Formats: sequence, structure tokens, C-alpha cells
Amino acid sequence: MTDRSHSMQPGCLLLAAVLVLSAWFAAPSTAIADSHAPEEAGLQIALEARERGTGFGDFTARQTMVLRNRHGQESRRDVRIKILEVDDDGDRSMFVFDQPRDVKGTAFLVHAHRTEPDDQWLYLPALKRVKRISSSNRSGSFMGSEFAYEDMTAQAVEKFTYMYLRDEACGELTCSVTERTPVEKGSGYSRQVVWHDHDAFRIWKVEYYDRKDEHLKTLEITDYQQYLDQYWFAGTMTMMNHLTGKSTVLNWSDYEFQTGLDDGDFTQTSLRRAR
Amino acid sequence: MRSSSFLRGGALSAACASVVLVSAEVRAETDFVYEEVSGRISLESREFPESAVFPGQASHSTGLVFHPKLYVEDADGRSVTVAPFFRYDSTDPRRTHADLREAFALVFGEAGNSEWEIRVGIDQVFWGVAESRHLVDIVNQVDLVEHPNEETKLGQPMAHLTWSGEWGVLELFGLTYHRARTFPGPAGRMRGLFVIDDEHISYESSAGEWNLDLAVRYTQSFGSVDIGLSAFDGTSREPSICPTPVPTAQLTQHYEQIRQFGIDSQITIDAWLLKLEAIRRTGFRNLFCQQEEDYGAFVVGGEYAFYSVWDSPADLSVLAEWNYDERGQNATNVFQNDLFLAVRYALNDVQSTDFTIGVFEDVDLESRVLSMEFNRRLTDYWALNVEAIAFLKIGDRDFLQHGLENDSFVGLNLSYSF
Repeated sequence: MTDRSHSMQPGCLLLAAVLVLSAWFAAPSTAIADSHAPEEAGLQIALEARERGTGFGDFTARQTMVLRNRHGQESRRDVRIKILEVDDDGDRSMFVFDQPRDVKGTAFLVHAHRTEPDDQWLYLPALKRVKRISSSNRSGSFMGSEFAYEDMTAQAVEKFTYMYLRDEACGELTCSVTERTPVEKGSGYSRQVVWHDHDAFRIWKVEYYDRKDEHLKTLEITDYQQYLDQYWFAGTMTMMNHLTGKSTVLNWSDYEFQTGLDDGDFTQTSLRRAR
Repeated sequence: MRSSSFLRGGALSAACASVVLVSAEVRAETDFVYEEVSGRISLESREFPESAVFPGQASHSTGLVFHPKLYVEDADGRSVTVAPFFRYDSTDPRRTHADLREAFALVFGEAGNSEWEIRVGIDQVFWGVAESRHLVDIVNQVDLVEHPNEETKLGQPMAHLTWSGEWGVLELFGLTYHRARTFPGPAGRMRGLFVIDDEHISYESSAGEWNLDLAVRYTQSFGSVDIGLSAFDGTSREPSICPTPVPTAQLTQHYEQIRQFGIDSQITIDAWLLKLEAIRRTGFRNLFCQQEEDYGAFVVGGEYAFYSVWDSPADLSVLAEWNYDERGQNATNVFQNDLFLAVRYALNDVQSTDFTIGVFEDVDLESRVLSMEFNRRLTDYWALNVEAIAFLKIGDRDFLQHGLENDSFVGLNLSYSF
């Protein structure tokens, strides 16, 4: 009766949306900032980032997560991922777990939506059971990692309000710093501060503030690579929890684009075929 | 390993192997692009604190499980899966058993706006939504010696066709061989007052276990509402447990030809899961084979999750389900009018620690069974499961549970997954 599903539930490394940020050509975000009120400027930056991250079609990739506690003890998660863009809606995504081995073959299907709650299903290979699960657990930990479900799912533009703060140097680039406030009441955050670069609107850093407005976590994104001559995808995402001293390093590899995936690869029947 | 079961298992394996071989032959010209061996080895210990009622029963048992899985796939995604299962049990020879849980070939593709999938061989199928009981789920036989919770199933030889599209998912099943349910032996705990004979098994069908059983299932989602409709025509998976003409202190298994219609539905809203399963079964005999009695049964209830409780990453879920069977005292299972209440506490930590406590309360027959379970991953390969089942109270009229009074146990399970 008990099943392990609930410990790894929603999750959904749909980081896709986070990572997929941007085309190669530069549009001066300073121009956006100059010509708008801070709220409008923040929204324009988010819309521009989405615009540049849209159109890749589909991709498959592998994720390796290394979870580290404050004593340096490590645990590993291996996940295979398929993502399909859907016109005027959130992405479809499928995650199949290879590691830890006791949940091997467990698969997770998400039909993300821009404004409505996502639809989520879990496949439990030991029982060969497909379960529809609730998508309302936004703030819970994904697979025991420092990534919350809401960090993993598509960061739909509609699910935040925005405030442009300032421009500042980020490494060798210049970034716009924007504050975004979750609209959904299920979020575990009071606000997030996001660094988008001016060159391609890639996200380099996100600071997460909890409901008490304490600085809870910081995400740093590095090793961007360009695919299809246009889209920038992250190689490494490091999430540091400042309150617990725990961290999670998420490495992406084996990206393959436009592999011919379609709706039929993201159904409950295809979920049952996961291995 | 008991011989009869071994022979049946052998015939089955042969039948299945031929299916797989034929399919392998078709595929001989293609190269497998992906191969994988995975699986699990478990060491189990069960402790029965109360003294045994029947001679030969032990207060402690040790078990060892080996459940490997071989998977090969070609460039087009066509695959073959083979997963045998072996259990050794130190006290009950009937619980020491082997089974082919899976041995099937799978092909799939697209036709216009629809997708199709064919699975041929031995496979497992799950239908339904409820937690306390799987009422509509009927394709596979229960491997009851594994666990009294009826969650573990025997492999079922079948041809399984799935056709799906925007309009829903339609599945057709041809089930070619019937597997008899496994029951604990004379020396096994949780056997009840009477041992169930596992050698002289009778069938209503003149074809015996080779009767071709048919099943069909349709599922569709309407937003947050999922619906499944199912029909089954063939040999009952649940045995009719009949007294023998000669009193031998054994009961026999008889498998009738039945027809069963089922509906299952789940509504998923916010942190709520609302669930319903209901069946109508005809042609099945009631308690102790008295007579055929057509009946309806349902399980209705739900689950609510409190997320991030007590300022921690943990979730607390509350489950409640009501099981009802209109045959009442003549029902052939313990769920004639029973409430199931449970609380599940999931820590959402690196070890996926969770703890569940549940109670089955028989409203009419005044029986009460408590179940507790604890799971924790120890490393990326090792996991621990601790469970306890306590038969707190068994009512005088709860004939199906008589003889279980002293069979409460604590089980410890250490698994290595590879």
C-alpha cells in the first residue's frame, strides 16, 4: 500500500524552460530597462527570454544529480529526459530514473500548462501501475535534492509578477537583475532574484527567498552550450542551501535535438513502456 | 519446490519461451542496440511473536528473493523483457517458489493520429486506483504466499493489444492460460484454519486452465477526471474455496467461468485524490461454494496530502476508503463492509524515508487489522523495509480470518538493487 512514489513525486526536471533561454543575437536589455517602468521592464525581460528559448521542438538528455550534505556525504540520481514543446501550452516531459537503483525504471510524465495546474503521472515498475498524482506540491524537495518541484517545472512567465532592479556585471558579461514574485499561493518562496545576461538572455544566477523572506538558496548556472545554432542550454546547475549547508549539483549531458518525438511519446501508454 | 506447481510452471515457461523465441526469430536480422540487466536481491526475516496454533509452524522464518530482469531493445524500440522470480523460505515449502513474472516481446507504432502497441508473452497488468484493495484489477493471479496484502502477482500469458488516440485508450487481452492462486502450506503462517489444497484444482470450463479468457478495457481523461471501464469474460482469478466431500481438513480450489464489468475513476484536484472502483460479477459462487450469487461491490474513498508539514520538507497524507460487497456474510473476501484508514508520513529526504500506519476495520464482523510500514534507502543500492501486521481482533463470525489470531508478525527486508 505504501509506495515510494510520494518521495519522488512531482519533481519534474523541467528545467528545460529554465535552461532554454535564448537565441544568440543580442538585444539590448538596457533598452528595455530604459524605456519602461520597473514592473514592465521585468516582464519584458522574462518574455524576451521565453521568446528566445522557444522553437527547439524536442530534445532528449541525461541528468546526473549529486546531492551533498554538510558533512560531504554524497548520493547520486541519474535521470533520462524527453521534452516536447507544445504550441500555446506548457511542455510535455518524461523522466525515467536509473539511479538510485531501488527506483530504477520509475517514470514520471508531466503535461505542463501555462496557467492551469500541470497534469502529472507516475509509473511504478514493481506494480506496473500508472498513478495520476497531484501537482499541487510545489515547494517540496525533488528526490531529496535541494531543487524543489517548482524549481524543476517550467517557469511559466504567467506564474510570476516582475520588477526590474538594476544592471550589473556577471563574469565577463553584463546582466539585468530582476525580482520575480510567484503568483501561486502554493509556492515556497516570497520572491526570487534572477540574473539574465544582455547577450542572449541566459539565466546565470537565481536567489530564492523563503516565506519569511530569508535568503534560502542560490542557484548558479554554468557551462552553457549553443545547440541548433540558436538555443543555449546549461551544462551545470548548482543549488546551494544557505540554511542547511546542503547542495545539489545537476549535470546535463547527451543533449539530442529534434529527435522526432510527438504527442504519442508522452501518453500513459508510453509511460508504461519506460524502462 | 512443490512438484505440481513446478510442472505447471514448466509448461508455462515452455509456452512462453516459444512465444519469445518466435518473436526473437522474426527479429533475428535486427541487432539489439540496447541491453540491460537489472534486478533485486532481498533478504527477509519474519518474526511471529505469538505461539503457533498448528503443528509444524515456526515462530521465525527467513527468506531470500532473487528477481533479475533482462531487457533488450532494437533500433526501432522493439524489445524483449524477461524477469524470473525466485523465493526461498525457511519454513513453508509452498512459499519457496519460482515464477516467470515477465517474458514478453513488445512492438509499437503509429497509424495516422493513433498509436498502437502489441505485447505477447507473460506480463503483468494493473487496473484501478484504490489503495486498500484492487477490486477491478483482474488480469493477473495473486501470488498470495508472497504477502497477504495481495499486491504481488503471478505472470500471466497473454496477447495484449493497445490502441490509443485523442479519443482514449482501448486495450484488448487474450489470456491463454490460467494460473492458480498460491496459498500457504500446512507449516506456513497466515494459512487460516484450513489448508487450501494446491494439487486437486478443478475448473468449470471443460478446457480447464487452457480456457481462453478475454478482457477489454477503455480509459480516458477529462481534465482532472480519469475514467476506466473494463469487462472480463473467462476463468475467475479468485478461486471458489470449497469443502471437500471427504473431510480432510483441507479445502479445494475451484475456478468458475465468470463475467465481470468494472468501472474505476479518480478525480485529482489540488492535494485531493478522490477514488472509486466498482464491479458487477456474475457466475461466481459465494462463501464456501454454497451457490452462485451475482453481486456488486465497490471501494470508494480518497487521499489528502498536507505538504511541508511542521516547517519541514515532509508530507503527511491521510487516506480513507470504504469497501462494500453486497453479498454481506456470504462474501468470499474480507472486504464485505470494511473501512480502511491510514496516515502516510514521507520525509522527502535523500533516503526517501516514509512511514505508513493503517487500520482495516470490519464494520459488521468486528475484526480489526493494523498494518505498519517503514521504508528507507540506505545507500544508492541498498534499501530497508520494516513492516508489521497485527490481527488485533477477529470477530466470531469473520470465518475467513479464523485461525489468523496468532499470526501477527514483524517483517524485516533488506534489498540490494542492481
